[in-house]
Amino acid sequence: MTTPLQVTARLRDPVTTADHIRGPADASVTIVEYGDFQCQFCGAAYPNLHEVLRQRADTVRLVYRYFPIANVHPYAERAAETAEAAAVRGRFWEMHDWLYEHQDQLDPVHLSLGVEQVGLPPDELNAEVESRAHADRVRRDFVGGIRSGVNGTPTLFVNGVRHEGGYDLADLLAAVDAAGNA
Amino acid sequence: MSDPNGLIQPGRPAPGFTLPATPDGDPIGPEQFRGRPVVLAFYPADWSPVCGDQMSLYQSAAPVFAQYKAVVLGLSVDSIWSHRAFAESRGIEFPLLADFEPKGEVARRYGAYNAQGEADRALVVLDPAGKVTWSHRSPPDVNPGADGIFDALDQLAADRKVMAG
Repeated sequence: MTTPLQVTARLRDPVTTADHIRGPADASVTIVEYGDFQCQFCGAAYPNLHEVLRQRADTVRLVYRYFPIANVHPYAERAAETAEAAAVRGRFWEMHDWLYEHQDQLDPVHLSLGVEQVGLPPDELNAEVESRAHADRVRRDFVGGIRSGVNGTPTLFVNGVRHEGGYDLADLLAAVDAAGNA
Repeated sequence: MSDPNGLIQPGRPAPGFTLPATPDGDPIGPEQFRGRPVVLAFYPADWSPVCGDQMSLYQSAAPVFAQYKAVVLGLSVDSIWSHRAFAESRGIEFPLLADFEPKGEVARRYGAYNAQGEADRALVVLDPAGKVTWSHRSPPDVNPGADGIFDALDQLAADRKVMAG
């Protein structure tokens, strides 16, 4: 029996100004992360990605796209839509960081406190999230991820190629440096 | 052993079958969904990490499958009781079929049965008439995602548009 060749998955949706981007616009390396705020593996990768951005501040930028696995993570969609409501107000990364730093507090009550800590009006954001005002945007990221072969979270694309390695700092730095020197 | 010809290939009519399925154990098979694309997702075992991720992914992608009016059926050699507990633990609402007795018979007929006594991790997409339009086998430890499925469904939709035109 032969094993079929594994095709390297590639990012199909190019990065645009509609994306949430952290790092220099002219970065030579772009990491696109498909993530779920309630996913513990994403939570574990979060500080490492942060450190990569710090250590390679001139060469790396990070793009974050929503990929909530709602059937196993009941708070993931709400967290994503809350992040998008924050994004509309120019506070995406503050909310993103809060969510990953408080993964055990994503229930609606604690999430409201988080919104307040980020400096945004909880009632206003709650109302938007309740009315699913940002559901389409989250869905768009999710579907784009599926089309690019995202099969779980986190999935990273480094300069458009799916990262098949681990999420330790050393693995991530190696992937970024390889892409930067390619 | 697996079918010596390997996984069923595009152009072949899909072998008919029914198997007990979640949630209620009633038999389900592809014939009852004629007129809609059917995705058969063979997988080795309930509860294994890769399978859990793969079936969860298909559940979370349910709204996208719905846009294609596509039906997703998961199949493994596990019993209906294992399927039911697994589905409940992962919030899986599409049917999981128990290819349990005679063990793996349906997987064998699709060329998706392996020497370990499990179904291969294999995807088979049937067109609305019940013909195989795309198939793909992954190594057991590789979650194939859903991009190949959606490409196949896109192709079906495009073909139908041409036929209608």
